[in-house]
Amino acid sequence: MPDPHELLPLPSATFHILLSLADQDRHGYAIIQDVAARTAGKLRLSAGTLYRSIQRMLEQGLIEETEERPDPELDDERRRYYRLTRFGERVARAETARFAELVKMARASGFAPGKA
Amino acid sequence: MRFYRLLLRLYPAAFRVQYEEELAKVFALRSRNASPPFARLLLWLESIADTLPSALAAHWDLLRQDLRYCARLFARSPGFAITAILVAALGVGATTAAYSVTDHVLLRPLPFPEANRLVKLWEDMSPGNYTTMEPSPANYSDWKRLSHSFSGMAAFRGLSVSMTGVGDPEQVEGNAFTSDLLPMLGARPLLGRIFSQADDQPGAPGTVILSYAMWQGRFGADPNILTRKIELDGEPYTVIGVMPGEFQFPRPAVQIWTAMRFKPEDFEDRNNNYLRVIAKLRPGVSREQARAEMGIVSEELRREYPKDNEHVGVTVNPLRDELSGRSRIMLFALLGASFCVLIISCTNLANLLLSRALLRQRELALRAALGAGRERLVRQMLTESLAIALLGGVVGIGLAEAAVPLLKKLVPSSLPIASVASIDGRVLLVSFALVVLTGLCFGLIPALRASGELAPAGLGERSGVSLSSSGERLRSGLIVGEIALSLVLVLSCGLLLRALWKLEQVDPGFRSEHVLTMRTALTQPRYEKVAVRTAFYDSVLARIRQTPGVDSAAFTSFLPIVMQGGIWPVAIAGQNSELDRAFHEASLRFVTPDFFRTLNIPLRSGRTLRESDGPKSQYVAVVSESFARQYWPKQDPLGRHFAFAFADRTVVGIVGNVRVRGLERESEPQVYLPYRQVGDGDLIWYAPKDLAIRSSLKIEQLLPRVRHIIAEADPQQPISDIQTLDEIVAEDWAPRRTQLIALGTFALIAILLTAIGIHGLLAFAVGSRTREIGVRMAVGAQPGQILGLVMGQSLLLALIGIALGLALSVAAARSVAGLLAGISPTDPATYTIAAFTAFAMACAGSFLPAIRALRVDPIRAIRAE
Repeated sequence: MPDPHELLPLPSATFHILLSLADQDRHGYAIIQDVAARTAGKLRLSAGTLYRSIQRMLEQGLIEETEERPDPELDDERRRYYRLTRFGERVARAETARFAELVKMARASGFAPGKA
Repeated sequence: MRFYRLLLRLYPAAFRVQYEEELAKVFALRSRNASPPFARLLLWLESIADTLPSALAAHWDLLRQDLRYCARLFARSPGFAITAILVAALGVGATTAAYSVTDHVLLRPLPFPEANRLVKLWEDMSPGNYTTMEPSPANYSDWKRLSHSFSGMAAFRGLSVSMTGVGDPEQVEGNAFTSDLLPMLGARPLLGRIFSQADDQPGAPGTVILSYAMWQGRFGADPNILTRKIELDGEPYTVIGVMPGEFQFPRPAVQIWTAMRFKPEDFEDRNNNYLRVIAKLRPGVSREQARAEMGIVSEELRREYPKDNEHVGVTVNPLRDELSGRSRIMLFALLGASFCVLIISCTNLANLLLSRALLRQRELALRAALGAGRERLVRQMLTESLAIALLGGVVGIGLAEAAVPLLKKLVPSSLPIASVASIDGRVLLVSFALVVLTGLCFGLIPALRASGELAPAGLGERSGVSLSSSGERLRSGLIVGEIALSLVLVLSCGLLLRALWKLEQVDPGFRSEHVLTMRTALTQPRYEKVAVRTAFYDSVLARIRQTPGVDSAAFTSFLPIVMQGGIWPVAIAGQNSELDRAFHEASLRFVTPDFFRTLNIPLRSGRTLRESDGPKSQYVAVVSESFARQYWPKQDPLGRHFAFAFADRTVVGIVGNVRVRGLERESEPQVYLPYRQVGDGDLIWYAPKDLAIRSSLKIEQLLPRVRHIIAEADPQQPISDIQTLDEIVAEDWAPRRTQLIALGTFALIAILLTAIGIHGLLAFAVGSRTREIGVRMAVGAQPGQILGLVMGQSLLLALIGIALGLALSVAAARSVAGLLAGISPTDPATYTIAAFTAFAMACAGSFLPAIRALRVDPIRAIRAE
């Protein structure tokens, strides 16, 4: 398996897609809605950005298409669902660790929120 | 929804296959949620704003992927990549170079604002075959006064003056302009100012404008150049300006400009033809309208001055088009040839890529099996060929950049343009279009063919055996085309080479070896009197003759070929009258007695000129055989009289004809007059000034000595145009030589490319028929039969190609008939040799594959199956 650190830093769309797929497999439109909800509407992925990111993430092995239909009620035969891979998970963790490191450094410099 | 689907087509197909449905679904969901018209509109705008950059990015992703793949492929087979790039470079380079020169000379607008409205006006003396005679000042000023078609009309004339006051005296080529000329050309000075009307009055103090080259060279770019004083032909002039380097009017050789300063008496003689006239059409006035108006104007002048203007009309020519038909044909022939090279290199590339695609069939089949769509593979191959074309194009433009200066002899020196063509934006644009077109053409065919043949079965086949017959037909067709085109090039070259050989055998009428020439333009009015000139000639010639190694030396008005004009009307009592003077003309030269010996012009009868033919003795003339034949056919011309150059002359000798107008044109008959038999101040322009010296000395030995002798005779006398008579003759066919070398290079490239193409085709065929050959050998086929099997194919192609090529050649040769100097465009010998060359080329191309076929080991070939 390739080194997750080679892909860092992740483009923000990629990171948000990874976050959105953390708890459950989703199809494209669900990812858009989830990201919007999670960021309180601040980040609205456009369809083009989403599918270009998905294409690249598939190539990089961060996500995979899944055969299972986790949401049988809303299921649509032709809809594609995406799932986080183990590698994708590791990359997301590595990116989170990188952010944590950054936040720590920012705190030390007195930039952290809540502190003067 | 339909619109959104249309929008989605902007994405690459490979992307669409995967995500089109998904994208459409997202759009459908969102538009269901956005019901108010405003929200829908917003959704539309958003979708467009999203799709455009995303689609572009998706294309870019693919392009990067393909280019990486390309780079890997090229690195794996660098031989193929280099060959392909070079083949493309040769095609693009040849075409770019040829097009640059053609564009520079024939197409690009002249470097003046609204250049297409600039015209030249000439006196049209059609009855005497002169449609472009220099106007006289009187006619010029009447044209200007009476015409309304032009927003301006200005005149200029050539000057050759000796410049003193800066270092050694120097003969410089200049022009005198009327003050309205520079503004009409939209020219601005780099330094100082241009001529004002005050500078252009009779008796105004002398003013001069320098060319950039003159300022940089002779004056060392002196920043205080303005108001500096120089002397031109002994008269004082003040430098008032310097023109920028791009300003080259009327020719690049012109170094200085002075104001015309017409004197009232200049307008008296309507037969004093020496001006050049340029005019600018009023906006909206066509050349035809101007021509019609000038017809009326000349009619009016004819009524007013019936004696002088009886035969004078007006010719209106575009400034650009004053170019000999021959230079035009030469350039177009070169352009045509370069297109042949381009087509051959494209076909060759198509062939290269096609055979490569066939070899890669397995790889492509594998990729198709792994899920790569047909469109994706075509795209990949197109990227590959475009990359080759672009790289080839860049190398080709480099080649052209290097080649263009070599073609400068094809740029006529009579145009107001730089002598070396530049590869500018226009040319680059055309070259770039060629490159892309080439890439698409030779990329698309193999790509489509290869992908069309992509059957999954390809995986199971043995490599290199599947050569579909239609594929072979296409490739054979390309080879036939290449052979035909290279035959056209070889043949055109052959015909032009024969024409050049023929011209080289043309007798110029003199012996050019071992003759050094130079011009000692005599400053006027210092040398107006015959006696003063005679003293100069005598002292110079006497001392040159004393120099050991010098055989003879002479002065003449103008050397042949260097000056092709200098024509004077001939009147013979009882034969013709003054009125049809235009029909009877001869080239007029005043010469010192040794002229004929120095140029080695043979005496046919009578005597040559002597020192004793002075101003007081009988006025005599030596004439050419052509002159004698024209006026006294079947009679003895010796002792006959004719009126010429303001006097009655008696023929005392007949000499051989000289090709005054160069080796390719008919010359007027020649008349040579003794240098002292002319009135003081008469025919100053014809005063002998060109010095010719026949000697066995090397130039390096002779020239310093001559310089010294001339400086002692007159320290103010400049020397210019130092060249051997051999060089003068060679210069006469330099454009032809340059064109032939360029064409020859093109033909050679074409032959090489075609031979490579044949080799590639056969090598492939032999490779794919190894087993068949093996079987045939095993059942007892003789080497001759195997050879026949391989060569048969290429020889058949060669024969078809040659037949086609010969047909094309006839058409090509007819279009350059004007350059063939009398060689027939269907000259059988040249056709035979060209056809044989093409055949030999086909044999050479098939040689290696044939050898390989003979070396096939039957056992191994069969066992490999």
